[in-house]
Amino acid sequence: MKILLVAEYRDGELLNNSYELVAFAGQLGADSAMFLVGSEGVLPAYNGTLYLADVDKYGEFNPAVHKQLLLDVIAKEQPDMVVFAHSSYGWDLAPRISLALNVAHVSEVIDIVDGVPVVPACNSKLRCDVKAKTAQMVLTLQGGAFGLEDHPTGNPTVVPINTETASEMEFCGYEEAEPGGVDLSKAEVIVSAGRGIGKPENMEMIEELAKALKGEYGTSRPVVDSEWADHTRQVGTTGQTVSPKLYVACGISGAIQHLAGMKKSEFIVAINTDRDAPIGEVADVLIVADLKEFVPAMTEKINNL
Amino acid sequence: MKILVCIKQVPDMESRFKLNSESKWYEEADLAWRMNEYDEYAVEQAVQLKDQVDDADLTVLSIGPDRVREMMKKALAMGCDRGAHIADDDYFKKDPYEIASVIAEVAKDKGFYMICTGMQSQDRGSAQVGVLVAEMLGLPSITTIVGFAFEGGQITAKRELEGGIKSIIKTRAPALVTCQLGLNTPRYPTLPNIMKAKRKELLSIPISELLKVESKQETVRMYFPEKKGGGLVLEGDVADLTDQLIKILKDKTAVLA
Repeated sequence: MKILLVAEYRDGELLNNSYELVAFAGQLGADSAMFLVGSEGVLPAYNGTLYLADVDKYGEFNPAVHKQLLLDVIAKEQPDMVVFAHSSYGWDLAPRISLALNVAHVSEVIDIVDGVPVVPACNSKLRCDVKAKTAQMVLTLQGGAFGLEDHPTGNPTVVPINTETASEMEFCGYEEAEPGGVDLSKAEVIVSAGRGIGKPENMEMIEELAKALKGEYGTSRPVVDSEWADHTRQVGTTGQTVSPKLYVACGISGAIQHLAGMKKSEFIVAINTDRDAPIGEVADVLIVADLKEFVPAMTEKINNL
Repeated sequence: MKILVCIKQVPDMESRFKLNSESKWYEEADLAWRMNEYDEYAVEQAVQLKDQVDDADLTVLSIGPDRVREMMKKALAMGCDRGAHIADDDYFKKDPYEIASVIAEVAKDKGFYMICTGMQSQDRGSAQVGVLVAEMLGLPSITTIVGFAFEGGQITAKRELEGGIKSIIKTRAPALVTCQLGLNTPRYPTLPNIMKAKRKELLSIPISELLKVESKQETVRMYFPEKKGGGLVLEGDVADLTDQLIKILKDKTAVLA
């Protein structure tokens, strides 16, 4: 089996998820080649053929152009699988490729069992085995699902690639995360609020518990989207990645994006009315209770210790 | 200016799911249904664009059984002008490629200047359909947007990337955008608008008239993940629970020391 890995490059750096693709190919015992729109100066630690397009010429984000560059490589390599990270780059480019190739496309793959991709459904409460009907297939891989080599080594054989395709989009640069706010990665205790807190007024009880535990408060994404808390407090793939000694998840269902940001915490307590909530998968203790009753009672008891 | 917004109805994700008799999808009985969260932002963006420009006509499209019409009425009450319901009781057997091709079949030759979709659905979450529709129609598409501005045919969008970073992308309409959570603040329909929505056109078209392709993949089995965490589950009286948790924190962590 031959797999083409679509690596990712952003703002002068190769993204780490590129090595998850290498780990995936390794687990399947497949031959691989790599595709990257990047730079000669920042080569991946990878022993194999690297088809490299110059990022200065083709841009970090330019779907129509990246698509053509990639299709040319696929035509040459004839891989059985074309594999992307399930990331803002991968889920954008992958469907363009699968449609052009007229092949199956399975998103957010977390496992391969007997050659069949496994994907999560319904906020990770369920799993689906999705069988491709075409010989060739396109996959995007969920972050963290296939591990990562700690210290990848190697030197790729670089094959430069080019295209004449015209761009239909203009990439105008990045807007960095808002400055200021708390560096939650340094907190020893984090008490986080999720959608389950119900209304913005209840943020206060989360802050009180965080204070009682001499920690910081954090939030999941829906709380920020509802403007109940500031984005600088958000934990997850689009916020901060944390690993405190204690993480208390209050009313957080446990979307994959949130889990990715906190599952390395040393001890995790979840408070949720839904005992099937995916947060239970990573929690050391799941307290099935209404947080509006439990959290103030807990704060009071700690303060009286 | 003609605008299209595509929406899906999904179960409340807090629901207790059961599998259907074939174990290929979840059992639909006893579930509470709502508009896919991402699509609420898509509807809001489409309505805001309609309000910004003159002479806009906004169509909302959804594929599914008759129950999706209730959700479509909400979209009409939020400000969509007309609805196209693609009737399909077997919608869950269609793969993203089939769903996208049905939408593209409806949209082709209609001259939509903007198409808005959610970036993914909450139940299946492939994040493919919007991009596929755009590619089928030969339109540029910008995915995962958390910012949108339109001026003189030019779209300036912010894409949300990992780690809180956004990228700024410009393209020209006609185009398609897939909407991420937090893009805007979806409005609640007002009572007068709910009443008005009842008189708006809501066509129903059988999917057989539009589906001309075959699926590329098939969900052969749906199941519950193995519980592997093995974490402790505590239930009961709140006072007891707080005592238990304090004991656990003292035993297992140093935070109460």
